Amino acid sequence: MIDATGRPQKLLLLGGTSDIGLAIARAYVQPGSTEVVLAARPGPRRDAAEADLSAMGARVRLLDFDAHDTTAHREVVARAWQGGDVDISVVAFGVLADNETAWQDASVAEDMASINYTAAVTVGVALGERIVQQGHGVIVALSSVAGERARRSNFVYGSTKAGFDAFYTGLGETLREHGGRVLVVRPGFVRSKMTAGLDPAPLSVTPEQVAEAVRAAVLAGREQVWVPSSMRYVMSVLRHVPRPLFRRLPL
Amino acid sequence: MAVDRRLTGWGQTSPSVASWVRATTVDEVRAAVRGGQHRGVLARGLGRSYGDAAQNAGGLVVDVTGLDRILSIDADVPSVVVEAGVSLDVLMRAVLPLRLWVPVLPGTRHVTVGGAIASDVHGKNHHVAGSFGHHVLALWLVTADGDEHRLTPDDPLFWATVGGMGLTGIITRAHLSLTRTETAYVSVSTERAPDLASTMRLLEASDDDAPYTVAWFDSMSSRPQVGRGVVHRGRLSSWEELSPRQRRSALVLPAGRAVRVPDVVPRSALNRVSGRAFNEVWFRKAPRQRVDGIQSASAFFHPLDGITDWNRLYGPRGFCQYQFVVPFSAADSVHECVELIVASGHVSCLNVLKRLGPGNRGLLSFPMPGWTLAADFPVREGLDELLDALDGIVLRAGGRLYLTKDSRMTEQTLHASYPGLDEFRRIRQQVDPAGVFTSDLARRLHL
Repeated sequence: MIDATGRPQKLLLLGGTSDIGLAIARAYVQPGSTEVVLAARPGPRRDAAEADLSAMGARVRLLDFDAHDTTAHREVVARAWQGGDVDISVVAFGVLADNETAWQDASVAEDMASINYTAAVTVGVALGERIVQQGHGVIVALSSVAGERARRSNFVYGSTKAGFDAFYTGLGETLREHGGRVLVVRPGFVRSKMTAGLDPAPLSVTPEQVAEAVRAAVLAGREQVWVPSSMRYVMSVLRHVPRPLFRRLPL
Repeated sequence: MAVDRRLTGWGQTSPSVASWVRATTVDEVRAAVRGGQHRGVLARGLGRSYGDAAQNAGGLVVDVTGLDRILSIDADVPSVVVEAGVSLDVLMRAVLPLRLWVPVLPGTRHVTVGGAIASDVHGKNHHVAGSFGHHVLALWLVTADGDEHRLTPDDPLFWATVGGMGLTGIITRAHLSLTRTETAYVSVSTERAPDLASTMRLLEASDDDAPYTVAWFDSMSSRPQVGRGVVHRGRLSSWEELSPRQRRSALVLPAGRAVRVPDVVPRSALNRVSGRAFNEVWFRKAPRQRVDGIQSASAFFHPLDGITDWNRLYGPRGFCQYQFVVPFSAADSVHECVELIVASGHVSCLNVLKRLGPGNRGLLSFPMPGWTLAADFPVREGLDELLDALDGIVLRAGGRLYLTKDSRMTEQTLHASYPGLDEFRRIRQQVDPAGVFTSDLARRLHL
């Protein structure tokens, strides 16, 4: 159960090697009393994440998770639930390919669409089923401001996150009456391995800042959060900028 | 008909949804228990536990407030047999005309008898009267097999049920011993103390001359006023002490329930400024010197019952009530805790200090001889760290936390502080091997 001060007993990280996901897990670990389930592809990065969280005093369990293998998602989620309720599930997997390649190469575009959107949906359905059964639980869905208004420079990724955002926002509406809650997180530019090599945009943040914002938002019972919080107003303006002008903005 | 309901404790934290059904007869309770819910069954009364004790996420919650009959009253050997959903308020009003009194009254009368047993509640007279469980002559429990059993203090299951947080079964009836009184008034003396040490000294000195003692203390003023307090002492008034006007209603509890807090408090009304102001006013409104007077029982025992839904003042995030007891030998740790609260910047207004007497055999019963302190904090970021630090002081002092108030302690803390825990688990395993009865609190603490 999540306690009154917002601490989970068990946290499931789908995309168990994501920098933001791991920062969220670290923000929640209480030595000796937190269980973290890392669902990710096996490999050195997952091993490193396990070592890192174990060193902090978490009990870590590993599950093999392949975003492309959508038929297995329900089973992965079921295994995460073994031994007791999952209090917070973090949907943190996703890929960011070069936009110019993606819009011209169907296989690259499809890869991004199926990981960022299709897999997130099948995972979300499985998580929703569990939450309805257990009568409580929080899903932290890592969306992006890129999905709020597609930009020429990043619209393939943006389109996957737009779908992702709509799905998890809607899932949150359905789970409310069942005791569940979905927090949709919309970070701006996060300096992580996913964005390594890209020029940081203004208002860029670290995974740790995203994690702190998530922790505060979960405690406050919020359903959406922008990181940094000022991004909410920036995006609100950008959504309403006329297209001829938007086109000329250096975004 | 079961319906889905979102349930919280009185602190309004950690909501969960359960299938909820109201039972009005013992047979309905038995049917609910036999229904075979895969996430278990739990009784719920008036929902005054602060944390997650009366929640059962995804399972079945049986509202027993429909078991509301007073079955018999014996005025000779003062005692009463009641159904478990009867509230202490109803019970008091029923027995007062017979000059009978409920021997243990917690801070609100709006708790059920079943809940009072399951929490083994205590009152301002704990040092002389013990807790609620001391006054239970027998109780009837629907266990996991769906049968109703009559238990007496000779049964080990009785002492797993007293203070057992509803995890041994559903209490359906109870036989309670009562005491006598001439009036429903309390002769009260009130006195201010300038700091924590004198508040504690005054309380200690009061134990011998008053059956009801309690102190409120200031948790926001820093040195040299840390823990300045107001000590209240009381005893039930005799007929002779009452004024002619009071005599006309000598055995009547005022109707009360004047003010209601609307469900629109957008965020906690408590902050550093209003909290400090409250603490200041609360201290100043008490007389500087000892003053004797006569108060209605409602005013003395249950002042907060006059404000319906006062918990809403803490806003939608809710609040944590924190209550611990430490042995008398560890009085220093009370100082340490108060200093820590004052320094923390967290706001608490309803701060209570009291000396508890001997406990009973209840395996998870809270009271033990020592100082008990209660405070309540609106949920804010960083509250977890303050409460963890307080846990550490309490554990080092050999104390423990009150499960009925708890909403965030860890299994390790529980294990380190309740010596009866293993025996409780053993008995529970025996009477409920399939784990039919469970709650969010039980899941959180792996009870």
